[in-house]
Amino acid sequence: MIPKVHNNRAWFLILPVLLLVAFSALIPLMTVVNYSVQDIFEQNSAYYVGAEWYREVLRDPRLQASLWRQFIFSGSVLLIEIPLGILVALMMPEKGRMASICLIVLAMPLLIPWNVVGTIWQIFGRADIGLMGAFLVGIGLDYNYASNPVDAWFTVLLMDVWHWTSLVALLCYSGLRSIPSAYYQAARIDQASSWSIFRYIQLPKLKSVLVIAVLLRFMDSFMIYAEPFVLTGGGPGNSTTFLSQTLTKMAIGQFDLGPAAAFSLIYFLIVLLVSWLFFTTITHLDSRH
Amino acid sequence: MNKRKIIGISLYLVFIILPIYWLLIMSFKSNEEILGQLSYWPQNFSLDNYATIFSDPSWYMGYVNSMIYVLMNVVITLVTALPAAYAFSRYRFLGDKPLFFWLLTNKMAPPAVFLLPFFQLYSAVNLFDTHIAVALAHCLFSVPLAVWILEGFMSAIPREIDETAYIDGYSFPHFFIKIFLPMIRSAIGVTAFFSFMFSWVELLMARTLTSVNAKPIGAIMTRTVGAAGVDWGLLSAAGVLTIIPGCLVVWFVRHHIAKGFALGRV
Repeated sequence: MIPKVHNNRAWFLILPVLLLVAFSALIPLMTVVNYSVQDIFEQNSAYYVGAEWYREVLRDPRLQASLWRQFIFSGSVLLIEIPLGILVALMMPEKGRMASICLIVLAMPLLIPWNVVGTIWQIFGRADIGLMGAFLVGIGLDYNYASNPVDAWFTVLLMDVWHWTSLVALLCYSGLRSIPSAYYQAARIDQASSWSIFRYIQLPKLKSVLVIAVLLRFMDSFMIYAEPFVLTGGGPGNSTTFLSQTLTKMAIGQFDLGPAAAFSLIYFLIVLLVSWLFFTTITHLDSRH
Repeated sequence: MNKRKIIGISLYLVFIILPIYWLLIMSFKSNEEILGQLSYWPQNFSLDNYATIFSDPSWYMGYVNSMIYVLMNVVITLVTALPAAYAFSRYRFLGDKPLFFWLLTNKMAPPAVFLLPFFQLYSAVNLFDTHIAVALAHCLFSVPLAVWILEGFMSAIPREIDETAYIDGYSFPHFFIKIFLPMIRSAIGVTAFFSFMFSWVELLMARTLTSVNAKPIGAIMTRTVGAAGVDWGLLSAAGVLTIIPGCLVVWFVRHHIAKGFALGRV
């Protein structure tokens, strides 16, 4: 294959994208940095406070609590959705009408606006008018997501699994389809068990799509906002109040611009750092094999 | 195919469909019936909820507004991302790798971080409450993803094809439009699908940047919570209508989905 050509005029081709993204990314980001080091009273009166807000938000127990909740939530989401998504992809038919139907049904939850996802589960989980709530109460469980924190967590997690496992499954499905059938024929001749087919043929091929799946799932679950907000409003108590919601409450509800901005930047750095860690560990593992 | 697989996948599909089914049958019920008793099928089938939505401009304009900014977003994303992805896949240039990574970091920025500055920025340039403002804001996520997907697909096409075309006397724009774009049309379809998907489901920014003229349907749905409680029937009907455009889009791109979800990288 011809190697890439060195050509600095390629800059003209990426200029529109740079201008577009820079307009929406750099200016707001600089505004946030600016807020995070100032105390703002009104339009034209603000003074520099240095790292004061950073110190304040890092000590805030409410923020620490929602940060831990967020990590536990994102961790559980990854632990459930990645294996389940692989399993679903393995069970999907390879071609034909059934494959089309599976693809379309799987893609459906991905195309529903996030607040509507919250609404659907809000109805579905109610003990008086919802199928799932009524079923759980019917088999003798004391289920009520609006008053019991454990039930609220169960519902939020189930909702996220319902909403996003499809993405992992679709990614893995397309990864599996790229494996040449000769591999499977060779495995059959060697009388390989289905576990060793999975371990030595399918899993290595899935690695590159799993990187994408883990990254996208981590980033989106770490920023979850609309679904739990609609479902429980963050309650009962603060049990399902995640980072985005705490942040939005601070910035727009109480108008604490300085601390909210400082917190935003810490938040952004956490996502960046964890994503980078995932990315390097997975690609490193990949290169060792 | 063995039986265990068929049973497994069927159970999972039922798990996905049940909540949607519940929303669908509630949209055909009256509020009395919804709150009255649990029924698995509408007893008095009625289209009243849908009639309300289609007869009230403040309702159906929400769908029109959402459609307008989503389509704008798809067009802007494709027009800007196509040349950029070509540059990243074909050339080495000053700062190409850091730029590519920087683009990706914008996908990582939590929307909540940007809400207030966004509001101020778009107000300052007099774009507040316009469709184009939401479309541009959504570009922050859709453009990096589009460049990522398209770059993967384009890199899979041998560079010899470009060289041959130039030797045959094609100019760059002529080659790009006449030869290159048709070769990656499934990638373009998939990119359009992704831009559509992320713009259609995003609400936090869309709601922050609009008040009356460009208000998205998701924001209008919160109106159903009134003094008398939630109007469940109306809310369900509005929810069902937000699912339909997505289903149509999936139907049209279903043959490309599997390939596109792998972002052209497998």
